[in-house]
Amino acid sequence: MLEIRNLHVSANNKPILRGITLTLKKGEVHSIMGPNGSGKSTLAQVLAGRESYEVTAGEIMYDGKNLLDMAPEDRAREGVFMAFQYPVEIRGVSNMYFLRAALNSIRKYRGEDDVDAMDFLSLVRNKMKLLQMDDALINRAVNEGFSGGEKKRNEIFQLAVLEPRLAILDETDSGLDIDALKIVAEGVNALRSPDRTFLVITHYQRLLNHIVPDFVHVLAEGRIVLSGDKSLAFELEEKGYSWLEKEPVG
Amino acid sequence: MIQAVRKEKDQYLANFAEFERQGTGPVPDWLQQLRKASILRVAEYGFPTTRDEDWKYTNLAPLSRTAFGLAGPTRLYDQLSDHWLLGLPGPRLVFVNGFLSSDLSRRDGLPDSVQVQSLSEALTHAPDLVGRHVGKYADPDEHAFTALNTAFMKEGSLVVVPPGTVLETPIHLIYLSTGSEHPFAVHPRNLLLIGANSEVRIVEGYAGQAGVAYFCNPVTELVAGDASNVDHYTIQAEGDKGFHIGTLRTCQERSSSLRLASFDVGGSLVRHNLTVTLDGEGANALLHGLYLGASDQLIDNHTRIEHVKAHCDSRELYKGILTDSSRAVFHGRIVVSKGAQKTDSKQTNNNLLLSNDCLVNTKPQLEIYADDVKCTHGATIGRLEEESLFYLRSRGIDKQAAANLLTYAFASEIVSQVRIGDLRNQLDRFLFAWLGHVPE
Ligand SMILES: Nc1ncnc2c1ncn2[C@@H]1O[C@H](COP(=O)(O)OP(=O)(O)O)[C@@H](O)[C@H]1O
Ligand SMILES: [Mg+2]
Repeated sequence: MLEIRNLHVSANNKPILRGITLTLKKGEVHSIMGPNGSGKSTLAQVLAGRESYEVTAGEIMYDGKNLLDMAPEDRAREGVFMAFQYPVEIRGVSNMYFLRAALNSIRKYRGEDDVDAMDFLSLVRNKMKLLQMDDALINRAVNEGFSGGEKKRNEIFQLAVLEPRLAILDETDSGLDIDALKIVAEGVNALRSPDRTFLVITHYQRLLNHIVPDFVHVLAEGRIVLSGDKSLAFELEEKGYSWLEKEPVG
Repeated sequence: MIQAVRKEKDQYLANFAEFERQGTGPVPDWLQQLRKASILRVAEYGFPTTRDEDWKYTNLAPLSRTAFGLAGPTRLYDQLSDHWLLGLPGPRLVFVNGFLSSDLSRRDGLPDSVQVQSLSEALTHAPDLVGRHVGKYADPDEHAFTALNTAFMKEGSLVVVPPGTVLETPIHLIYLSTGSEHPFAVHPRNLLLIGANSEVRIVEGYAGQAGVAYFCNPVTELVAGDASNVDHYTIQAEGDKGFHIGTLRTCQERSSSLRLASFDVGGSLVRHNLTVTLDGEGANALLHGLYLGASDQLIDNHTRIEHVKAHCDSRELYKGILTDSSRAVFHGRIVVSKGAQKTDSKQTNNNLLLSNDCLVNTKPQLEIYADDVKCTHGATIGRLEEESLFYLRSRGIDKQAAANLLTYAFASEIVSQVRIGDLRNQLDRFLFAWLGHVPE
């Protein structure tokens, strides 16, 4: 469902991703691990359509369509969702209003009617329960004054409401204490389905104890240097990342 | 320029001669003298120029160039009869081209003790009351446009709320400018006297017909008595060829609370001179402003908060959204007198620029003569944040809708301050419509 071929990306003329090739099949859970600064967020942002990154070579096919040709909003409407490493505070726009506008624009794209007010409310209630979110957060401005953990939880809550086909989680675990991590991971697990593909980006292996991936890839200096199954994550946890840079790649 | 100034002076002197010839019913002596003294002031100094520090960014040449004559009574207000200001429920005085329209005005729903009269009515029924107050707060010697207004003072509104009155319904004073064969000037004069311990909300609205050239030069004097609670809203929704130079002068007594909010949603060249005087211990003033500029509008807000007595608070937040080649000026002055210890004052001005050709000049100015005070100010000028836009778009909201949502959120902080539901809803609706016309 997602094919990344030889992707090269620069920002401000600085090369960040240097030839990434990766195939995600429908229903699979892939994890990308890597040291800070290796380009994990860059990959996530490029998939979501951030315009400040320049794709200098390569292509990304999503369900047979050229993803790079699509505006960020159209990607979302086609089922791509990226949970931000640093969720943005949107002053003056309530979470509720924002989510409803997002859901309706996705529905409109699919030729569906706006969601009924009561249906929306019960959908929101259900998903809040799933993530054990504080009721008050839904009426507050998007992420404004949220703690780090609340912001991360809010990202997964949005994921739960919008039900994408491809979910990219960028370091969702950072900023969460162990209890919150478990809740969020359970929420994500509840959303796993044969029709939904996940790309779980993390620096630490601990998230992968809870969200068990089918495949693990290691990103270093803008390249995928290792791929394997979940045992690779444990290996990395033991050895750290530094050995990767010393060992010749390929 | 010199010639333009002379021309504009001559024009107003000729108008004044005509104004005196027309006569306007019985005029008390004090008023005749006040008018004469004021026109002399206009003749002597003329209009300010950009060499004047307070008018540095606001060139009045377009105003001086046009020969604005006296307005005559008219019933041609069809195009304004469905203006949203007239959709607000509650008692109201409505003026068309400076003349009271008894068709459009309504005064039911007010207790007998509350006076809401047109100024010409008040000059007939209560000339002494008017004489005791008018010009005491807005000094014609201070500002050219106050002098001009005072010289032509004839019509406007008098609101007198006796002590201890809690008014449930807001009072609306609405000034419409509409079709006329030649460009005209109107000089509404409002006197709002709020007694001790009273609670009242007053809306001053100005609207004009698109395409009609006119100059609206209102002056309002507002006195808030001891421990009164006053909301005052100024809605400037003049037509696209309308000039508006408005003066609002408030004076607060002990422990009074004043909430002012100003909305600039129209006009071609607009200037507000707002002076708030905290003249009683424990008084507080809350000032909000929102200005929306498009095409080649110029909107200039000059505010001055005078802390005269001790233990007073003032908070000021003005926000502007500009697009096309519009311009805005914000100049916020806070003056703390020697005796005004424990003053607590905060001023903020935030501007959002939506185009490359728009421009804002913002300038805070603190003059502090007391030593135990807390005064802060801050100003920002910025664009919509790429990061926020991307966040919204990444959830499926299209680019224009995302930009509108962020812009709306920026403005709604001010709109939400309005404590009259109907007015707040109308402003909200206006804002949505306005955003719909803002190009990407
Ligand atoms: N917009 C940008 N402009 C310049 N450099 C950037 C930009 N975004 C990221 N980088 C750089 O690219 C590298 C990878 O960043 P990032 O993708 O955030 O890494 P990770 O998420 O793996 O920590 C870092 O060196 C970072 O400083
Ligand atoms: Mg990152």
